[in-house]
Amino acid sequence: MSATSEPLGTGGLIFNEPLLWHKGRKGRTGMSIPAGDVPAAAIDDALLGEPVDFPDLSEIDVVRHYTRLSQWNFGVDSGMYPLGSCTMKYNPKTNERQAATPAIAAAHPMLADELCQGTLRLLFELQRSLAAITGLDAVSLQPAAGAHGELTGMLIFHAWHRHQGAQRRKILIPDTAHGTNPASAALCGYQAVAIKSDDRGMLDPALVAELMDEDTAGIMLTNPNTLGLFEERIREIAAIVHAKGGLVYGDGANMNAVLGVIDAKRCGIDVLHLNLHKTFSTPHGGGGPGAGPVCVTSELEPFLPVPRVVKEGGSFRLDSDRPLSVGRIHAFHGNFGILVRAYSYILTMGEAGLKQASRLAVLNANYIKEQLKDVLHLPYDRPCMHECVFSDLNQQAQKITTLDMAKRLIDYGYHPPTIYFPLVVHGALMIEPTETECKDDLDQFIATLRTIVREAEEQPDLLRQAPHRTKVRRLDEVQAARCPCLIGPSAG
Amino acid sequence: MRYLPHTPEEIDAMLAAVGAASLDELFASVPADCRMTRAWDLPAPKTEWELNDHLRALAASMGVNEQTAVLVGAGSYHHHIPETIRVLAGRSEFLTAYTPYQPEMAQGTLQGIFEYQTLTARLLGVDVVNASMYDGASALAEALLMGLRIAKKKRRVAVARAIHPHYRAVVRAYLEPAGFEIVELDTLDSGRTDLGGLDALDDLAAVALQSPNFFGVIEDLDSAAAAIHQAGALFVACFTEPLAYGLYRNPGSCGADIVCGEGQSFGLPRSFGGPNLGMFGCKEPFTRNMPGRLVGETRDVEGRRGYVLTLATREQHIRREKATSNICSNQGICALTAAMYMASLGGTGIRQLARLNYDRSEYLKNLLIKAGARIVFAGPTFNEFVVEFAADFRPVRERLLAKNIVAGLELGTLYPDMAGRYLFCVTETIDRQTMDTIAAEVGA
Repeated sequence: MSATSEPLGTGGLIFNEPLLWHKGRKGRTGMSIPAGDVPAAAIDDALLGEPVDFPDLSEIDVVRHYTRLSQWNFGVDSGMYPLGSCTMKYNPKTNERQAATPAIAAAHPMLADELCQGTLRLLFELQRSLAAITGLDAVSLQPAAGAHGELTGMLIFHAWHRHQGAQRRKILIPDTAHGTNPASAALCGYQAVAIKSDDRGMLDPALVAELMDEDTAGIMLTNPNTLGLFEERIREIAAIVHAKGGLVYGDGANMNAVLGVIDAKRCGIDVLHLNLHKTFSTPHGGGGPGAGPVCVTSELEPFLPVPRVVKEGGSFRLDSDRPLSVGRIHAFHGNFGILVRAYSYILTMGEAGLKQASRLAVLNANYIKEQLKDVLHLPYDRPCMHECVFSDLNQQAQKITTLDMAKRLIDYGYHPPTIYFPLVVHGALMIEPTETECKDDLDQFIATLRTIVREAEEQPDLLRQAPHRTKVRRLDEVQAARCPCLIGPSAG
Repeated sequence: MRYLPHTPEEIDAMLAAVGAASLDELFASVPADCRMTRAWDLPAPKTEWELNDHLRALAASMGVNEQTAVLVGAGSYHHHIPETIRVLAGRSEFLTAYTPYQPEMAQGTLQGIFEYQTLTARLLGVDVVNASMYDGASALAEALLMGLRIAKKKRRVAVARAIHPHYRAVVRAYLEPAGFEIVELDTLDSGRTDLGGLDALDDLAAVALQSPNFFGVIEDLDSAAAAIHQAGALFVACFTEPLAYGLYRNPGSCGADIVCGEGQSFGLPRSFGGPNLGMFGCKEPFTRNMPGRLVGETRDVEGRRGYVLTLATREQHIRREKATSNICSNQGICALTAAMYMASLGGTGIRQLARLNYDRSEYLKNLLIKAGARIVFAGPTFNEFVVEFAADFRPVRERLLAKNIVAGLELGTLYPDMAGRYLFCVTETIDRQTMDTIAAEVGA
């Protein structure tokens, strides 16, 4: 098998590189600065700062520094990145070009509407597309990330209940929901009430009915949930919540499984956020920026953040005259450059392409599940959506953990799956291949994991000490937290 | 479709392996009444070349473009961006990586963010800086929430009216649902914030000032720190133009407890206001109250220097509803870009560039005064200032727009009491000739 005879990862040519401030010489410069063509102006000396303690570097110092750093990194362009719940699909290159279109990259966010028709039109059309794709009626593109979208959703819940005349104090959150949900709800003063999923990994409507009361603002659901399973009784659950005057929040982080399959409104969802950096292919940037648009029913549209982008006749304008709005949640119009990339992706894929992407994402996940379930423990053996969750139960006899298997995957040239999440599965190993991996690459990944399972039995120390082939090996995270060193020492 | 690699034969083989007859059968668990039944009515898919044309047409419909001299800042600044930064920040090893949860394969991101934290801490004069927040506005809202957490029982914060109006709007959206009270502090004739009434405010957790403030005026941060601490509150210093600290004293050295703001000036295009970069730092004793990710230095099993995400017990995925924030990402590539920009400028370059911004903006100020305009606030400024013209400025502004110059931002919609006044911004991208043209039109 090629996976064992010739692993993807090699030692490579990896350079050492010091910290920035250990490079350079005073007086170098890495950037051209225009000459002073005006007289020097007087300045109050008392306000003048000390010189800033930055190293002086030449242009090539900077270029080599960051080129070398980049070679210590692994991205989707380097190889398969099957990180569950994160949808690490291919990030199309043309989308970068579109976001860098000169007049768009240069657009100032505070000029009059008539000077910004191109960017406003893009926002308007993206709102309309996302509404159609989710089945909901209105969209705000302001939230800068998924968690920011959740916060916006909770602000909408809060504003809506206030408008109904009575504020509520609690919110229901299943144990299969995303980790940010409780923290987002807490920002609005809501107390999170946990609901346990049943032994099939599903939410039981009877439990929801027991907990839902007139002091509960609603429920936050992730569907498909973080086990990669579709909450089949979502309509029933939504009806219970609505009957008690509550609202239903849908965390759309896993939307990549169900494009063209589900209609959020028909599911009973009132507010849904999307992660454009997952489903709509924008790059993750080593941690961000993303974008977390919020989609709502027409009943909740008046509560969306301002300004709204509206179309009047043939032109577009910003409208801030929405007295019920939750207000502004971003300085300007959200992570606009990311929105350009998602817009470009939707225009490239079209309706059929987007729907096919979800079908293939689900096919890929089920294929991995079927090919590995004889060697890795599968806690919920049911057809999955876009990701599947294994555990390290079968490896416990060898005292090999999920972490060990994950680190060993690095040696073979793969980014590990998400580990130890969702919390409901002990030692979880959550694999989301996405639709952009082909069968050959999936087969090689599967063969590699099977090799690792065999190594766990035959040479367990190989796993416990992995990775072996990276620039640095396992890092002491306990020490990092015990004596935090968060910035480098000053030159003085 | 070029992003989807599956051939029909592969799909059939894979369906056989999972025991499904068709792709649709994979969705059997989705009930019929949850299903999407409507067509989306999206445009037909575009080829790469058609997409280029489409975006080019959108760009052409903009009233201003990259050639326009835009003398508007107000939180989004036009500075030159070296090609090196576009190339390096565009390297896909950085761009297409996820959050560095597997540090052995993300040392590039991690060392890069550690360097960002360090350079930013030096710039702002604070002990610690996080891996970044969404933007300056949400950073300010998070800073005030942090102040409220540190102060425990107190329920009130004060913010200067001279803070960017959009930032104050975001603060209201973040703080009001939880029942916190926000008091606004007026602006004096100098353009600085009136801190005279602080002693009369009890229950005050934190006070926020912006410097340079929205009107471009440098606040008296030393006196502010004394007055705010005297009132028993934490001092939150905010900014929209970090380049100012290449010239002026930074907030940390003046006694600010938390320093936060917008880092877009450092290598990020204006891009209609995003993605931006929320810079966020504080004094050391407050480190564990901070929101957001942190990168720390450590060693690997062989003793080599390396970097990891650390102090995660403050964060939402561990502490759930008791977390210091719900934030679950950072503006990773934007922070890295800002570090590249700071490294390219260097200590010598940042002083030079900041000085050039100051000199050019003073030059335009003087030209406008000579042409009969009044500079509204007497306080010192950096690269922005507020102007009042002797006559109606609108026709002049129209004539300048025809010459591809956007001359200032009218303040009436943001501050009704300042209608007819204009906020101007002059960076290194505005040359002398452009400023002479503006002055000539004003004097005409």
